[in-house]
Amino acid sequence: MSLDAKIPEGPIDKKWINHKNNIRLVNPANKRSIDIIVVGTGLAGGSAAASLAEMGYNVKAFCFQDSPRRAHSIAAQGGINAAKNYQNDGDSTYRLFYDTVKGGDYRSREANVYRLAEVSANIIDQCVAQGVPFAREYGGMLDNRSFGGVQVSRTFYAKGQTGQQLLLGAYSAMSRQIGKGKIKMYNRHEMLDLVMVGGKARGIIARNLETGEIERHSAHAVVIASGGYGNVFFLSTNAMGSNVTASWKIHKKGAYFANPCYTQIHPTCIPVSGDHQSKLTLMSESLRNDGRIWVPKKKEDAEAIRAGKLKPTQLAEEDRDYYLERRYPAFGNLVPRDVASRAAKERCDAGFGVNATGEAVYLDFAAAIQRYGKEAALVHGHDANDKELVTKLGKEAIKAKYGNLFQMYEKIVAQNPYETPMMIYPAVHYTMGGIWVDYNLMTTIPGCYAAGEANFSDHGANRLGASALMQGLADGYFVLPYTIGDYLADDIRTGEISTDLPEFAEAEKEVKDRLSFFINNKGTHSVDHFHKRLGKVMWDKVGMARNAQGLTEAIAEIRQIRDEFWKDVRVPGELNEFNQELEKAGRVADFLELAELFAKDALQREESCGGHFREESQTEEGEAKRDDENFTYVAAWEYTGDPGEAKLHKEELNYENIELKQRSYK
Amino acid sequence: MDLTLKIWRQKNAQAKGKMETYPVKDISEDMSFLEMLDVLNEQLINDGKEPVAFDHDCREGICGMCSLYINGQAHGPDREITTCQLHMRSFKNGDTIVIEPWRAAAFPVIKDLVTDRSAFDRIMNAGGFVSVNTSGNTIDANSIPIPKHDADKAFDAATCIGCGACVASCKNASAMLFTSAKVSQLALLPQGKVEAHERVMNMVHQMDEEGFGNCTNTGACEVECPKGISLENIARMNREYLSASLVSE
Ligand SMILES: Cc1cc2nc3c(=O)[nH]c(=O)nc-3n(C[C@H](O)[C@H](O)[C@H](O)COP(=O)(O)OP(=O)(O)OC[C@H]3O[C@@H](n4cnc5c(N)ncnc54)[C@H](O)[C@@H]3O)c2cc1C
Ligand code: SF4
Ligand code: FES
Repeated sequence: MSLDAKIPEGPIDKKWINHKNNIRLVNPANKRSIDIIVVGTGLAGGSAAASLAEMGYNVKAFCFQDSPRRAHSIAAQGGINAAKNYQNDGDSTYRLFYDTVKGGDYRSREANVYRLAEVSANIIDQCVAQGVPFAREYGGMLDNRSFGGVQVSRTFYAKGQTGQQLLLGAYSAMSRQIGKGKIKMYNRHEMLDLVMVGGKARGIIARNLETGEIERHSAHAVVIASGGYGNVFFLSTNAMGSNVTASWKIHKKGAYFANPCYTQIHPTCIPVSGDHQSKLTLMSESLRNDGRIWVPKKKEDAEAIRAGKLKPTQLAEEDRDYYLERRYPAFGNLVPRDVASRAAKERCDAGFGVNATGEAVYLDFAAAIQRYGKEAALVHGHDANDKELVTKLGKEAIKAKYGNLFQMYEKIVAQNPYETPMMIYPAVHYTMGGIWVDYNLMTTIPGCYAAGEANFSDHGANRLGASALMQGLADGYFVLPYTIGDYLADDIRTGEISTDLPEFAEAEKEVKDRLSFFINNKGTHSVDHFHKRLGKVMWDKVGMARNAQGLTEAIAEIRQIRDEFWKDVRVPGELNEFNQELEKAGRVADFLELAELFAKDALQREESCGGHFREESQTEEGEAKRDDENFTYVAAWEYTGDPGEAKLHKEELNYENIELKQRSYK
Repeated sequence: MDLTLKIWRQKNAQAKGKMETYPVKDISEDMSFLEMLDVLNEQLINDGKEPVAFDHDCREGICGMCSLYINGQAHGPDREITTCQLHMRSFKNGDTIVIEPWRAAAFPVIKDLVTDRSAFDRIMNAGGFVSVNTSGNTIDANSIPIPKHDADKAFDAATCIGCGACVASCKNASAMLFTSAKVSQLALLPQGKVEAHERVMNMVHQMDEEGFGNCTNTGACEVECPKGISLENIARMNREYLSASLVSE
């Protein structure tokens, strides 16, 4: 099958509007006889489910948590971008489009990104109308902050809980439709397979996690909004339950998986403390607005700090290396994430890292405290030279902006970040790769759509901060509700899809067989044992820096772990009960397959771009070097029975509005 | 450190549960409480026993999934944090730790430490929203300025994570703090005013239907709430309810 992205004709700023005007609609009466399944209730799934139900479709929504409000989107901290230009700093749709394409290192589809920038402003209007309490200025207007990789302030936020507030907005819209019976909500349900009838997506098999029952659900279209797969690394900032299963199942049924190796390693996370670690905690990138990143200039100081003999606050200004400000004067501490992460790794690998492990750098607020303190003192007519007062006022200002993040840090690390610099280190955070979709967000399976982090869409090889929330809500509120009608217009006379069809029975049997296998295997090691081993291989060889030899080894090691897993995994408990180990077993089994495709994709992409850094492809200064001539494409993989044998399809990327340049933040 | 854990085990909603005792060894003080339970579970699995079921997801205090009644306190001894943010440095070598699920008639046990909190969702479905459709044609976000003070107060109420600690800590198992947080958030914002009366009536009605107890102002909920949701919200909801009842009569 050849890949057709279905990008509409016309100039870039007219494509979406023309497309909306030309696609087919389903009239309100007919919508009532059409069912749509939405897997996932995060920003993408929640907003899609609510909008589709408002339009009149019958929606069945699924999540594995005990409430739609707990989807992983809830954890997003820093903010959401929108080209509102409220700050009058020269922002525009075009600039947001440009920044996103450039930030993504020229590996995303222009038309999709333009549409994203175009609908971004509507998102803010919509959320405010729903009662989302964004941060405001004293005049009552919405406040903004800046994120990495851009030179304007376009990020809307609600303290450090932006994702929570946006998700609760989408959840409230869903609640309204659940109350009306237009959404049937299935909490504590996990989709375990896609059912295809006549080549179209027509339903899913799900496990009721409370009772263990296997259920058949049918629909005229299926939307996958199941989030990202960063947990393939075991340790990541994702929630414990985040997984690839829904995406992987549709991949095995025919949906191409695009750019699996594009992973975002976030520069500001709390460093690993020991082997017991179950997850990593992000410290929002918004902190880089005010925090300055540094390591000691001299190795002996770094060694003394690691040994606990020296405190960072004792180090004089001239003995500190603010390496981002030094290397990238134009963007300083606000370079994009991939650049900041690699720079931290470079310093730590060179022996300048701090913390007992040597795998951490400082994020220092001392200067910001003084700056804000002085400002507050002046505004309130106090003495701006009163050091104690200034420090006190400064700390208050920082607390108002980042209070919950500082509290979170202190709880985990047991150090007070108002007094001593925070320690941070990069961690796996987001996956730009995902299910390949066309302009309409349809996968290569007719009637199967993917939205939010689950699709590969708009971020190219690196996502800019505050753009995932924007994309999830754009997909769910403003894109999918239009584009899905074009497909469903053919289904107005289909009538309900029967779950007695043999296709349902077959898919159900496969699911049941696999679950029984786990319970009956009675091996010797827990699911986590294998997951941790997989994570280590991924981090060491498929992580922040990759090379051909390491990737080849990784592929062999992943296959080895996968074989052992199937022979030796131990899953206690029973099938027909609440069984968390059984849930994990299925997810890790899928991670073990995805991991191989991930490494294979990284191996074929012999260039560096965005979050994907191939050591073989770098400039003399150690910056990522793209190879536009050979790699300006989306790698979309077709499943052929074994992840190692997946077939590569290339969607060539054409840049008509933006000139391809080597990215520079200097 | 070495600890003795006493944990509520219950096979399913119908089964009778009981406390079981488990020793754990070599727990580091840098571990989170849930990581300590991970260690126990790994040990149980290796010994051929069933691990302890407990709810969790984000492990950073925001999803509201984790619960646990630890030594008689919802989310354990520390203040303004969830169980997943509790670290073992709050305990010392030799301690005995008693771990139970939320106890409330409206939150039946599903298994071990996992309870069914879907009653909260049903309260939200009854009115926890502003009735506005997604159209892309709503008015510009800045066309209604909202005083920072109101926006901040609405935000504070909106930070409720729906964990249920307030219900678990209340001797009446009342859901007033949870319900009032949502009612307050929307009552404080101009967008929520239009439906304010209907909302509070419907949500309070549903709360009663679910079998939550009455509020007798003991204030235990506010003390145990990991997000510091204030009792002020309950007072605001009572005022809203009163004025709505007057109008509807
Ligand atoms: C700590 C953190 C902070 C972040 N901060 C920001 C930020 O400030 N700004 C920003 O723009 N982005 C941020 N991000 C990224 C952003 O939060 C996510 O990319 C985004 O929320 C993903 O939304 P989603 O709707 O695609 O998926 P999710 O929110 O992950 O939702 C997935 C849903 O799918 C369900 N699900 C999954 N599998 C199944 C299955 N098999 N069966 C049934 N249901 C299933 C889950 O239950 C859940 O409801 C952050 C991410 C993290 C980890
Ligand atoms: S009010 Fe507090 S304790 Fe109650 S559900 Fe909300 S966050 Fe939890
Ligand atoms: S696990 Fe999410 S709040 Fe504790």
